[in-house]
Amino acid sequence: MPDATGLELLAGELREAHGDQALVGTEYFRDQARLFVAPGTVPATLRFLRDRGYSFLASVHGVDYHPEEPRLGVYYELLDMKEVDRIAVRTRVPVDDPVVPSVTPEWPTADHQEREVYDMFGVVFDGHPDLRRILMPEDYEGFPQRRDFPIGGEPILFTHNEPRLPGWWQ
Amino acid sequence: MATTPHIPYREMEESIEVSSFTHGEQEELLTLNMGPHHPATHGVLRLLCTLEGEIVRDMKPVIGYVHTGIEKTAETKAYWQAIPVVERMDYLAYFFNAMAFCMAVERLVELEVPKRAQYLRVIHLELNRIMSHLVWLGTSMLDLGAMSMFWYSFRDRESILDLFEMSTGQRMHTRYIQVGGVFEDIPVGFEEKCRAFCAAMPTRVDQFGALLDKNEILLQRLRNVAIVDEETLLQLGVTGPLLRATGNAWDLRKAQPYSSYDDFDFKIPVGTIGDNYDRFRVRMQEMKESVRIIEQALDGLPEGPYITENRKYALPPRHELATSMEALIHHFKLVTEGFRVPPGEVYEPIEGPRGEYGCFVRSDGSSKPARVHMRDPSFVNLQAFKPMVQDLYIADLIATLAMLDPVLGGIDR
Repeated sequence: MPDATGLELLAGELREAHGDQALVGTEYFRDQARLFVAPGTVPATLRFLRDRGYSFLASVHGVDYHPEEPRLGVYYELLDMKEVDRIAVRTRVPVDDPVVPSVTPEWPTADHQEREVYDMFGVVFDGHPDLRRILMPEDYEGFPQRRDFPIGGEPILFTHNEPRLPGWWQ
Repeated sequence: MATTPHIPYREMEESIEVSSFTHGEQEELLTLNMGPHHPATHGVLRLLCTLEGEIVRDMKPVIGYVHTGIEKTAETKAYWQAIPVVERMDYLAYFFNAMAFCMAVERLVELEVPKRAQYLRVIHLELNRIMSHLVWLGTSMLDLGAMSMFWYSFRDRESILDLFEMSTGQRMHTRYIQVGGVFEDIPVGFEEKCRAFCAAMPTRVDQFGALLDKNEILLQRLRNVAIVDEETLLQLGVTGPLLRATGNAWDLRKAQPYSSYDDFDFKIPVGTIGDNYDRFRVRMQEMKESVRIIEQALDGLPEGPYITENRKYALPPRHELATSMEALIHHFKLVTEGFRVPPGEVYEPIEGPRGEYGCFVRSDGSSKPARVHMRDPSFVNLQAFKPMVQDLYIADLIATLAMLDPVLGGIDR
């Protein structure tokens, strides 16, 4: 992990390279370093970090900050295998405009993981070559990992409730 | 439901792109559907293969058939109740799932794990690694036609499950690893039985090797098949034995030692060219190295508590309940509400049998996690399947899938 000072140095360099509005903030929490960036600058930030050795994208995952706004968050966990160093990049988007530029063209590993975030949270990755649902059925409606999505809300068909589920065969 | 930009609905079949490669006018492309119910897909994995004759030109995995919403379920449980749910993600690596989750929670609450608990965790993790590799060995050799291998490897897997039953009470999904330590100390006789297993296992691995390594059919099907170079695998985010087969010795147990892994002397087996044979050899050798770690952990098992003494996070011992009011209150609070975790987000990676298990936990300050995400290696490694099998025979696709070792419970979660 870059320590708190190292993180601020990185953040300063990022501000110089991409302007002040690119970086929303930094966090150093429990020995883990994070950069919070604006959605538009995600590919540029990841490219910037790749040039500094963080060349392995370990994970992409989504978070829902309901009821805070902007609600949806996307995390990119980066790893430097030479220095054994990790840093995370996070961006947050509102629910009514959940668009983040896709990093799949540059980081092929993000393909399935961005699809999963889209599937579960409805974050649209602009420029993803094949953005479809991946775990849920193709024709599923709604984004189940959002915090306001009810658990167990789906009717399961049994013989006894068949008449109460009109049109289930359609 | 809030508005989202419209994404056109497409059938899976329409997403197959065939313009990327040329084929003669006389040649006909055939789309073959493999699975989801197929004995060689190691679970409910569906593969849409585009074939030219017998050669795979394109392959798309279709997953989600065993998606059970474990990450969503975990959000409705207290932290200690979420452990058994999280364990069921990758059903061959239950100790690893629980370990990643518990380590993430421990980092959030800044909890120190006693040394004895760390060693007990290591013993069980490594037993689990051998168990997972034995299942891989048995099932993948079954795909390659070596039927007796299945019985041999499952015999030894049974003895590991017996050990699990002895120390944890369960054979699978043991809920042994807890936040702050482990559930119980190992019982009398466990060490002896475990040592007997450790003494027998290296010989067994050699016997498996003797059965397989000189088998011409096996060698022909594994050697120089499905070679993918290190650079491509790194770009695809592949970790674990698949990456190590190309000669990259990345292993979190060495690189970022957690849970006292730096106390043990062990080697990281690596391959040379990254073909199926290297993947096979790396896993075989890993079993031997795991045995060495278990033996060292048994030798150096320190005395002391097996779970943290911090009563805010771990249940008090049973005998205290009868005499101590405070213990009773702690017990009641822990069992009914669970412990509260300070707000924050952490990502905790560990090295599992298939690569990096990374658990992301977000806490909002309550006693239930606000988000649990497992970065499952099978899910990420599956993306490397297409570059592996492109332009190979369909029979090699089966062998390569076996050597990829995907666990569908982990992929779909």
